[in-house]
Amino acid sequence: MSDLSTANSPDALIDPQFRKQTNKRLTWLRILWWATGLLAILSVIRAVTGVDNLSSAGTVAAALGLAVPIGMAGLGGLWSERAGVVNIGLEGMLILGTFGAGWAGYQWGPWAGLAAAIAFGALGGLIHAVATVTFAVDQIVVGVAINILAIGITQFLAADWFQGASGGGSTQSPPIAPIGTVTLPGISSVAQTISETDIFFVSDLAGLIAGLTTNVSYITLIAVFAVVATGFILWRTAFGLRLRSCGEAPYAAATLGVPVRTYKYIAVIMSGALAGLGGAYLAIVAAGIYREGQTGGRGYIGLAAMIFGNWRPGGLMAGAALFGYTDALQLRGGEAVHALLLLLAVLLAAYGGYMLYRRRLRGGAISLLIAAGVLSWYLTTTDVPPQFAFIAPYLATLLVLAFATQRLRMPAADGQPYLKGEEH
Amino acid sequence: MIGRFSIRGVALSVAAPLLAIVFALTVTSLVLLATGNAPLGAFSTMLAQLEKPRIQVNILNSATTYYLSAIAVAIGFRMKLFNIGVDGQYRLAAMLAAAVGGAIALPPVFHVATIILVAMFVGALWAGIAAVLKVTRGISEVISTIMLNFIATGIVAYLLAPGRLAVEITGSNNIGTKVIPESGRVPGLPIIPGTPNLVFGMIIMAIIVGVGYWFVINRTRFGFDLRATGASETAAVASGVNVKKMIIVTMLLSGAVAGLVGMPQLLGDSYTYGLDFPTGLGFTGIAIALLGRNNPIGIAFGALLWSFLDNTSNSLEFDNVPKQTVLIMQGVIVLSVVIAYELVRRYRIRMVASDVGRQLDAELVTTAAQGGSA
Repeated sequence: MSDLSTANSPDALIDPQFRKQTNKRLTWLRILWWATGLLAILSVIRAVTGVDNLSSAGTVAAALGLAVPIGMAGLGGLWSERAGVVNIGLEGMLILGTFGAGWAGYQWGPWAGLAAAIAFGALGGLIHAVATVTFAVDQIVVGVAINILAIGITQFLAADWFQGASGGGSTQSPPIAPIGTVTLPGISSVAQTISETDIFFVSDLAGLIAGLTTNVSYITLIAVFAVVATGFILWRTAFGLRLRSCGEAPYAAATLGVPVRTYKYIAVIMSGALAGLGGAYLAIVAAGIYREGQTGGRGYIGLAAMIFGNWRPGGLMAGAALFGYTDALQLRGGEAVHALLLLLAVLLAAYGGYMLYRRRLRGGAISLLIAAGVLSWYLTTTDVPPQFAFIAPYLATLLVLAFATQRLRMPAADGQPYLKGEEH
Repeated sequence: MIGRFSIRGVALSVAAPLLAIVFALTVTSLVLLATGNAPLGAFSTMLAQLEKPRIQVNILNSATTYYLSAIAVAIGFRMKLFNIGVDGQYRLAAMLAAAVGGAIALPPVFHVATIILVAMFVGALWAGIAAVLKVTRGISEVISTIMLNFIATGIVAYLLAPGRLAVEITGSNNIGTKVIPESGRVPGLPIIPGTPNLVFGMIIMAIIVGVGYWFVINRTRFGFDLRATGASETAAVASGVNVKKMIIVTMLLSGAVAGLVGMPQLLGDSYTYGLDFPTGLGFTGIAIALLGRNNPIGIAFGALLWSFLDNTSNSLEFDNVPKQTVLIMQGVIVLSVVIAYELVRRYRIRMVASDVGRQLDAELVTTAAQGGSA
């Protein structure tokens, strides 16, 4: 392994981010600037197009809801891949989660459903860990096998257990009682009122706040906590440092006394548990029921969101939010998606201008050209087929991967089997 | 070294899938027992179905489709390329080929050939996107093909609408591409007596693809380079293989075969790509390629086994056993077979190592003895 020589020095395993505290604060400020800028552009577009749904509290709330399962699957992927194990089986673990939530949820209430979802997801993670860590089988192969297995087990058990239950059937569970929501008193209603006015920027900001503070499900809160906790545990504790060292240079980590296999097991089981949490959201909050095929490939989208976010919790959240937002607009109909075209054109033009400013002429010219194309598409049509919004997140992921590969850095030993005593 | 045809080697490679199947049967039996069903009755009900000619035809027909899908996946696997995108490739290819086939009128053989070529071309093109992204931007084909699957779903949904490529199919509320006329269909084969159902004529195509796969991989320079790249990319580069070119060509080939996956169904049964066209065959192909270990004969057995399970599952309902039992069986077989293969692989390496060690020891002893006597 080529980076073994550098990894032998004591602080090579320490992430540069960990040492430069000042840079970190700057980044937070920058994120705030970016968010403000984006919201301002969104306000302009809302004003120009007159599509209020672009930033209404309803859209924001829907986007948040749609982002939770994607984000949890992505966070699961983050844990696993930071420890060097690629997890294509997230989709299967998400499915296990929805089933667990349905099975326990309809009998003993939503909280039992949540617990079962996490447990079932973790069980999927355990299977993945046994096959990939103990038996060192190819990780992608195992992931594919787990997806097939999860579909099989859940469809069999659903047919066997839910068929006779009242309100249930061979492909769905009886209804699960709602889990309850919280609304931030005061702020929510004030924001709601302001968001219904038509003041530039202010009402958009209010819409955002109202959407994020009104009727937020408990599971959403747990999900947000999980993202923050993951960021803290993986980047601010010795445990996290060791876990990440297993994904960067496992043999070097082993020489420093890190029990690599144990860490990989913990990470992959955690990964399954988080995907299970995402499944719980789908079954308990989004649908109130377990239904066959209700994950709709969100495990894969979560994986995309994680890559989109450069294997970091903050970026992952941004990716999940983006996917959730386009999904939410799709539900609001063709008019909102049509307005999205203008947003895309403006963002592409801004990016192109930035590239030109940085003297990267070719990239800038291409961006501006695409922006002009999207703009003319917007101007010459009044409606966009809904399939465009369906495709958008996947296309965006491919484009980001294609044009930002230099900025993306996955864990160095991601996907490689770890065979104790067989370093090379 | 273990000889190519050593009995121990053959026994080991057959042992792994057999063990996996026995393990899967055990797990399924336990699940059935735990849910209050009788496993032995269920298995014998399924086996009894094999006697029915209609079921035999169905098994051969599904296996034809599965076989093509698994070969498409295996082409990539031999080079450590994971073409997860066979699913999107075959759906897009089948839809566009069906649209072309319904729109044109040609003499019989040419019509069929055109449809098949369009399908192969579209499949190769869609796979080619992932190949280009991998070669030029270093994007893992696993991620790009997953994304391309979803994009293909969107494109198919967009194009398969009245006014675009779809028309309403008379007598149902289904919509599909224009029905392919008689000249563009592949007639069925009356191989199995006792049933009016016919075996897909495309089964011959599947056999040709299987033989072609075996020949290209094992008997050509290209196949050698492909296997070499899969075994060790650095070694392949050192011996002069252009890995980038190999990636492009392999993905194009895999995509072209993926384009064929929908053809047995399209040209032999439905003659239109409707909303009810089978989906998810690409993932079945991955499972079967793993089961058959990328070997053309192994894949044939895998496809037949998978097809047997699929086509006899309905009979379980007579015994009040959920037909989804076979899904568990399939899942456990795939997972246990990959673990079994890995264990056998490592056992072999250890065996070779100990053989070599023993030989070296023997040589050391003889040289030491010679040194002592001198």
